[in-house]
Amino acid sequence: MGSNRIVEIVVGVFVALGIAALFMLAMKVSNLSNLGADKGYEIQARFDNIGGLKVMSPVSVAGVRIGRVVAINFDQNRYEAVVKMMIDPSYNRLPKDTSASIFTAGLLGEQYVSLEPGADEEFLHDGDQVKLTQSSLVMEQIIGQFLFGKAAEGADQ
Amino acid sequence: MLDWLQMLGRGGLDFFERLGRGHVFVLRVLASVPVVFLQPRLIVTQIYSVGVLSLVIIVVSGLNVGMVLGLQMYNTLVDFGAETSLGPVVALSLVRELGPVVAGLLFAGRAGSALTAEIGLMKATEQLSGMEMMAVDPVKRIVAPRFVAGLISMPLLAAMFSAVGILGGYFVGVGLLGIDDGAFWSQMQSKVDLYEDVMNGVIKSIVFGVVITWIAVFEGYDAVPTTEGVSRATTNTVVYASLAVLGLDFVLTALMFGS
Repeated sequence: MGSNRIVEIVVGVFVALGIAALFMLAMKVSNLSNLGADKGYEIQARFDNIGGLKVMSPVSVAGVRIGRVVAINFDQNRYEAVVKMMIDPSYNRLPKDTSASIFTAGLLGEQYVSLEPGADEEFLHDGDQVKLTQSSLVMEQIIGQFLFGKAAEGADQ
Repeated sequence: MLDWLQMLGRGGLDFFERLGRGHVFVLRVLASVPVVFLQPRLIVTQIYSVGVLSLVIIVVSGLNVGMVLGLQMYNTLVDFGAETSLGPVVALSLVRELGPVVAGLLFAGRAGSALTAEIGLMKATEQLSGMEMMAVDPVKRIVAPRFVAGLISMPLLAAMFSAVGILGGYFVGVGLLGIDDGAFWSQMQSKVDLYEDVMNGVIKSIVFGVVITWIAVFEGYDAVPTTEGVSRATTNTVVYASLAVLGLDFVLTALMFGS
């Protein structure tokens, strides 16, 4: 009877471990857990073009990650993208005239929002908007401009 | 010439006869599955010998596969400055393919061979006929609990394999090679979908679990009741189950991620 009990306990542990692994795959690995709100305060910025920015992309200052993108919407009246960012509450001293740019990590890496702190005495609070923004550089536009410039050069000569 | 044709014909007939016996057998097993749940104790004991005893090899292999995957992928990805993509690469390859397939191969080798040998020896020592004498159906008493245990254990083992593998990739990528901790998980979470990837992986592992245990119990039950027959049945289980896993994996992948 005693060994039977041990077998049952071990099987119980086995099943619990299996369910825990499935749970980890669901919560930690896939995107289920991100539906819940992160802690922090929310700021937003408007961009002409966000390129390949996605929800969950990092937001960094001086290369250090301080938050992430929580929502991306399109403003139909001004034809601009509205990016909402959740900033970690411990970083609450971002000046009001902070500017935001969209950069790419490496040649093929993911895109992220980089904040450049200004010099204002007041700080950004929940719901504030970043006024100065720089859109993401779209590779096709750069190549297009380059080719156009080359063609114009050729016409001059 | 005629001899050769006759040989071919006999081979074909034997093959289809065996295939038919296998299907009739699995129907008998499935019919007696509900009865097994009236005696959960039988299942628990079998989960112990099929699942718990396979745990060590599954966890160790999963950890190693994940670590090697992290190490090798890093070398390629770092050339493109995309080393933060290590998280999605490791997670997707484990959850979609390597988890169910490698866990299935190990399961066939560790648990499937043991099932075949056990049932085959019971048949060789006439324990199964003894049960029939006592009006105990050996399919209900011996085969069905093992079938159900394999069915339950295999998805759990595959999930553990994937989870441990991802942790192994995390240790190598973040601990050893210095990838950003947040980027590793956040990129992984943005690329891995719960239904598209994780659920399809689980479905794969359930299918593999059914096929492997089916082959294992059938080979044991259908074995020639001699020492040699049991040894051949055990070998057949590992070979057929591994081939079935690899072949089915291609079909399932084409169905799930094809278009």
